[in-house]
Amino acid sequence: MTDLTKPPADDRPAPMVEAQGVRKSYGLVEVLKGIDLEVKKGEVFVLVGPSGSGKSTFLRCINHLEKINGGLLSVDGELVGYRMKGGRLHELRDREVAQKRRDIGMVFQHFNLFPHMTALENVIEAPVQVKGENKAEARERGMALLERVGLADKAKNYPSQLSGGQQQRVAIARALAMKPKLMLFDEPTSALDPELVGEVLDVMRGLAEEGMTMIVVTHEMGFAREVGDALVFMDGGVVVESGSPREVLTNPQHDRTRAFLSKVL
Amino acid sequence: MNSSDQGSVHPGRPETLKAVPVRHPGRWVGAAVVAVLAAMLIHALTTNPQFQWDVVGTYLFDSTILHGLGVTLELTFLSMLIGVAGGITLAIMRLSPNPVLSSTAWFYIWVFRGTPVLVQLLFWNFLGTLWASISIGIPFGPAFWSEPTNEAIPLFVAALLGLGLNEAAYMAEIVRGGIQSVPLGQTEAAHALGMSQFNTMRRIILPQAMRVIIPPTGNETISMLKTTSLVSAISLEELLRAGQNIYSRTFQTIPLLLVVSIWYLLMTSILTVVQYYIERHYARGANRVLPPTPLQRLRRLFAGKPVPPAKDDVVTGLEGGGHV
Repeated sequence: MTDLTKPPADDRPAPMVEAQGVRKSYGLVEVLKGIDLEVKKGEVFVLVGPSGSGKSTFLRCINHLEKINGGLLSVDGELVGYRMKGGRLHELRDREVAQKRRDIGMVFQHFNLFPHMTALENVIEAPVQVKGENKAEARERGMALLERVGLADKAKNYPSQLSGGQQQRVAIARALAMKPKLMLFDEPTSALDPELVGEVLDVMRGLAEEGMTMIVVTHEMGFAREVGDALVFMDGGVVVESGSPREVLTNPQHDRTRAFLSKVL
Repeated sequence: MNSSDQGSVHPGRPETLKAVPVRHPGRWVGAAVVAVLAAMLIHALTTNPQFQWDVVGTYLFDSTILHGLGVTLELTFLSMLIGVAGGITLAIMRLSPNPVLSSTAWFYIWVFRGTPVLVQLLFWNFLGTLWASISIGIPFGPAFWSEPTNEAIPLFVAALLGLGLNEAAYMAEIVRGGIQSVPLGQTEAAHALGMSQFNTMRRIILPQAMRVIIPPTGNETISMLKTTSLVSAISLEELLRAGQNIYSRTFQTIPLLLVVSIWYLLMTSILTVVQYYIERHYARGANRVLPPTPLQRLRRLFAGKPVPPAKDDVVTGLEGGGHV
């Protein structure tokens, strides 16, 4: 196992996310049974698999919303939730965990917008409260972000006054407002009406083109094939198959992958 | 019957139907019974000289009574202030992952909810017999400041502590319910943005919990207004005690109890109206159109047709139906 505290010896760029034997269990139920994977910088990394396969749990481990029980997980060369000191792991304080989460944006299946704030207030909340940004500047930047997701005219609307697709686009703008180096998408289109899926995927496609590192849990195989740089198929808490999306989706090597794809494609 | 059939029977605009409405003889009988009972009650109230309505009139605005009323209102307001602040603190402690904090809050609520408020009031009143003086200093060491308990805690403060600290235990459970009504996804979203535990509570969770917390807090306030009468047991001259002090001199017990009741009823009625408007305010953002105010309802009743809601009552942005 490599020492994560030292930079890698070769001149390959350090991966954005590196997982080695990541394990997670709830009580006696083991949800992740040793996940090994590597997400390169600027890559769109797609996680697919049946529900209960552990893909969402793994995503939530990356920004420490879930604590891992075993293995090593690092983002941009730094361990998630721990610090290596004197050859031993030390848990990070809440403040330090919060500090690291600033750089990792997350988009949820059910949007989780703050319902008591307008779209713009949702976007500027973290920059102002967490980074202490000037309110006027934050508003200006917030408007630019809403413009970018095509919702500048909805800035003063409350989430309950927006459609699901609009809410999810505000949620993406909210995550981008923190200028993250990594974006996590947890089934961002699963709770949307079919005709609203496209507008959210369009925003994500734009992000990918700008070179944002993205990890996407999704059932949108078309999106995975078109935008994804790498794809992992998970089942039962393990990585069953990985490779380029085109390869895995058109020519799956494992029976379980084939069985799953025959149902969703 | 389909629409074309109807069209042939009623060409053009459909007319108002003419039908014999269902009769409700039971209602008339019921109304008659209630009317007789009400007449009996009014007769009893006005003809029984023991009520001494003239005495009620004399004492209704008596300075002793008005002073007592002032003390009652002051007690209600201040003890609710202690109750709400303490309740929020206790609720956050109770939900904290720190076992020392959560068990301390649990113990506090257990004690203060588990004993009658009257007993607690008496305890605060007799604190001087437990500890003759109160001092501030190093625990088990020298004291920097010391004063006899009865002077450090005058009657009003004892009453305030008794009512406020007891209320905090009840408010803690109300606030906890409110906090727990906010979906977990809200906390996760705030944490994912890098917000601290404290800011998540202050900016995201509590404002949303408010909608659940406000209505029972209104009830608690109305209840507190009446509970302050217990303070008469430790001889603090609030509204009830003021009445008692007068009738112990004049023996006009019933009229003075009526005076006191009239004031309590008036105060609780005002609080009920205030509560209605506060609830209506917090419904903004959650309801698309706010419920009518009592005044609007009254107007509607006399106009006999629905009154459109006031312009500022329509949540902006919804006129077009919301979704695009």
